[in-house]
Amino acid sequence: MATIPIHYGLLLAALLFVVGLVGVLVRRNILFILMSIEIMLNAAGLAFVVGGARWGRADGQVMVIIILTVAAAEVAVGLALVLRFHGWFKSLDADRASEMRG
Amino acid sequence: MNAVFYISAGVAVLATVMVIVAKNAIHGLLSLLVSLLAVSLIFYVMGAPFIAALEIIIYGGAIMVLFIFVVMLLNLGPAMVDQERQWLPARIWIGPGILALVLVVEMGYVIVRRPNAGISGSVVTPQEVGLALFGLYLLGVELASMLLLVGLVGAYYLGQRRIPPEKGPVAQRGRLP
Repeated sequence: MATIPIHYGLLLAALLFVVGLVGVLVRRNILFILMSIEIMLNAAGLAFVVGGARWGRADGQVMVIIILTVAAAEVAVGLALVLRFHGWFKSLDADRASEMRG
Repeated sequence: MNAVFYISAGVAVLATVMVIVAKNAIHGLLSLLVSLLAVSLIFYVMGAPFIAALEIIIYGGAIMVLFIFVVMLLNLGPAMVDQERQWLPARIWIGPGILALVLVVEMGYVIVRRPNAGISGSVVTPQEVGLALFGLYLLGVELASMLLLVGLVGAYYLGQRRIPPEKGPVAQRGRLP
């Protein structure tokens, strides 16, 4: 198999992560914020796989499995919160949840 | 194999950008699914077939189904698309966009300065992953199981219809918009 430079893999992971970060910063819809968090977790997993593939070890893939677990738990709780949010505010606008004036 | 990597990397970035600019939630979810499939192909090229399969099964299967069910339960109509159009004028996204661009350029500089190395794409088999997972990282497996249990209990608690919307604490204080 031909070799892929490790730079390109890491750059791709950084690019995907930053796209997800922009999504979190820019969107007001709480559903899209959750999707952007998924993108960021996925990009972190990609970086781990690139690192694992560089040295041909399994450790990177183990970390990706743990990231998958975190993503699954986060999305379950997050989507339950979205349902409650929509039930209370009748909207998906994240700015509505400013009750605590944080 | 190199061409597969570059093409799927382009598809991944393009589909991810389409996710964050999508107006309709279902369209965004479909773009996210394309992005996940592209990343899964990259995993496969990099010699991680087990993770590629898990990516499709868990991300593309389970998590996407959860999202789609929530979108169906929320019953979002065309009104949401108009609302999204109002929420995304250029002056809102241009600032964070430029800042994030600065960050990614810095990150790229840091990455490119390091000595380069090639990924040969030698396959790390599921057997090796399993041995590492249940040997060295056994504590991580236990932590993951506890995390999943907490997620299950939390989602169950939050998901039950305990408080009717009109009687919730927010409504009682008269702040429900």
